[in-house]
Amino acid sequence: MNNLEIEFNQLVGKAQTVRNRLGAVRDQIVKGLYQQAQYIAGEVVKTHDRRDDLDRKIDNIVTSKFFGYPLMIALLSLVFWITITGANYPSAMLADLLFAFQDRLTAFFQWAGAPDWLHGVLVLGLYQGLAWVVSVMLPPMAIFFPLFTFLEDLGYLPRVAFNLDKLFKKAGAHGKQVLTMCMGFGCNAAGVIACRIIESPRERLIAMLTNNFVPCNGRFPTLIAMAAVLMGAFVSGYNSFAASTLVAAVVVFGILVTLAVSWVLSKTMLKGVPSTFTLELPPYRWPKIGTLLIRSILDRTLFVLMRAVIVAAPAGAVTWILANIHIGDLSILAHFAGWLQGFGHLIGLDGYIVMAFILGLPANEIVVPILIMGYLSKGAMLELDSIEALRQVLINNGWTWLTPLNMILFSLLHFPCATTLLTIRQETQSTKWTLLSALIPTAVAIVVCFVVTQLVRGLGLV
Amino acid sequence: MGLTAQSTGIYAFLEELKCGSGAQTNAVIALAGNPNTGKSTVFNGLTGLKQHTGNWPGKTVILAKGNYQYKKKNITLVDLPGTYSLLANSADEQVARDFICFGDPDATVVVADSTCLERNLNLVLQVMEITPKTILCVNLIDEAKRKKIEIDCTKLEEILGIPVVPTAARDKVGLKDLKETIHKIAFAKKIPQPKQLAYNQDIEAAIYEIQQEVERLLQGRFNSRWVAMRLLDGDTTIIKEILSYLQRMKMDQEEGLGKCLEVECCE
Repeated sequence: MNNLEIEFNQLVGKAQTVRNRLGAVRDQIVKGLYQQAQYIAGEVVKTHDRRDDLDRKIDNIVTSKFFGYPLMIALLSLVFWITITGANYPSAMLADLLFAFQDRLTAFFQWAGAPDWLHGVLVLGLYQGLAWVVSVMLPPMAIFFPLFTFLEDLGYLPRVAFNLDKLFKKAGAHGKQVLTMCMGFGCNAAGVIACRIIESPRERLIAMLTNNFVPCNGRFPTLIAMAAVLMGAFVSGYNSFAASTLVAAVVVFGILVTLAVSWVLSKTMLKGVPSTFTLELPPYRWPKIGTLLIRSILDRTLFVLMRAVIVAAPAGAVTWILANIHIGDLSILAHFAGWLQGFGHLIGLDGYIVMAFILGLPANEIVVPILIMGYLSKGAMLELDSIEALRQVLINNGWTWLTPLNMILFSLLHFPCATTLLTIRQETQSTKWTLLSALIPTAVAIVVCFVVTQLVRGLGLV
Repeated sequence: MGLTAQSTGIYAFLEELKCGSGAQTNAVIALAGNPNTGKSTVFNGLTGLKQHTGNWPGKTVILAKGNYQYKKKNITLVDLPGTYSLLANSADEQVARDFICFGDPDATVVVADSTCLERNLNLVLQVMEITPKTILCVNLIDEAKRKKIEIDCTKLEEILGIPVVPTAARDKVGLKDLKETIHKIAFAKKIPQPKQLAYNQDIEAAIYEIQQEVERLLQGRFNSRWVAMRLLDGDTTIIKEILSYLQRMKMDQEEGLGKCLEVECCE
């Protein structure tokens, strides 16, 4: 070390002392710059355009301290409400159609004299799994995605990022993380890739590790179905409004967990100071409905559905095989579930549910279908054409209101799907972070479900 | 000794810049600006087809360089990455800042979108803090007119203390004025005296507290006020960069190779 370096380091040390005394220097500097820019613009710019004024007025409400959050939650609930109520009817119709076709298929197999196992694998396994995924997933997606794209094109999403920026900063994370979370609503793998927009490696890792706490499209149907089951079967006076409020609350809870985990990470494994960034609030624009529909249906709905179908079809077949190969007097599936029963019970689920989550690793979409197949393989054959029928199966399998609640929590918080994990591996080039991105959410999910279950049972509520 | 990968990055780029373009360059001009301000249109409008891209070694940032002749001077224009600020949150911002700060351009043109001038002024103010040889190009003036936005450029010039040139680069309006202004600033017929932005009392007092010492250490190489502010800000990237710059200078002086840059690369 030479003289220059020593002197320079002394100076840096002195500056540090002054900085510690002053507090947030960066914020004060940025504030000074903004005030000056505002002052100058006020002096030299004359605008006769009313639209800009209107934008500002809207922004003052949308991003205000008072209305900002309530409006966000209200909009979120509204989107879910429209999705849930709107999806009911087409879902039932699609199910009718697809399961009617299944009967035809069965008839065809009988006519052709196909062996039972072939009919089982192809029709009861592959086709039924597929039919379930399509009828349950397609309608909510076809409604949810256009609505979400609408808010995006309207220019509302950057405002959401703006509103939440402060919270994320407090959690030691980057404000842009909100935007990656918005992508996560569609698909967590896409959300993880979107984390590239965050320049600081520390904050990018935080965003990647927590992206999973935003329910992706593969889990939305599970959440929506479980919310409907919970509000319908176990709480008297079902209405879709209560169910949608519950889903919105779950999303908000996911965001809170994101903040909490980000905070812990930034205080432990990924220490550091959050960096500032400039977020452009684009002018509000009325979206072009035609392109919006085409884009959200083609690029998002069908894309995600295809992905789900590709995974669900073989998974359905495999699950059927597992459910129908018997060792002793129980199927492999039942053995597996029985083995997981103790652990499942501890966190308010059961062996079949835990098994469904584990087998659902390739894609979250197939968790509910696997679960249903698992239950159905125990004997009673039912045609699942409505939430009502689903509810009946669940009650027969010893569900209380606590079970769907825990299922919602576990689905929201548990390990990401295989695609997301592979994406994280690709993006971080690190096995350690990939493992952590699976372990941290799983640990959180187990702890939360365990606490909720023990609390409810301890208070004698079930 | 003391040369980090980052610091060699800019010097390698500068050497290539000064010598790689063939003909002798009389002045190097940096082109900065927010994204989507028509900065590239200004760049294309000024340089025409005489362009090439260069990689900033060590960073995945590609810079475009171009040449043009004006009044018998050969001008090299460097198109910096579009950024909202120079506070170095991203690789782009770092590259833009490092070039303006260490590249010692003969003038820096900041291209601003006149339809949202306020947002663009942030960058302008930050560039002015680094170098007095700043020119503000208020672009998209035609679009502003269509949106019924009026900008008083004379007053803006007065408030900022730097030359302001309105342009509509798409239609090549104002580009000749811009060339003339660049010429004046680069060849020192007119050195602007930008009005420095005064921060709140606490910050100003703190700047004052360490500025003298900074000045002594820098020996007039950079704007000591700006460096003092970066030190206060605790921006480690720039602190490292300044130290290695000073060390490089010292090394050069000791070895009596004051002009080593030119000698080394042009032989």
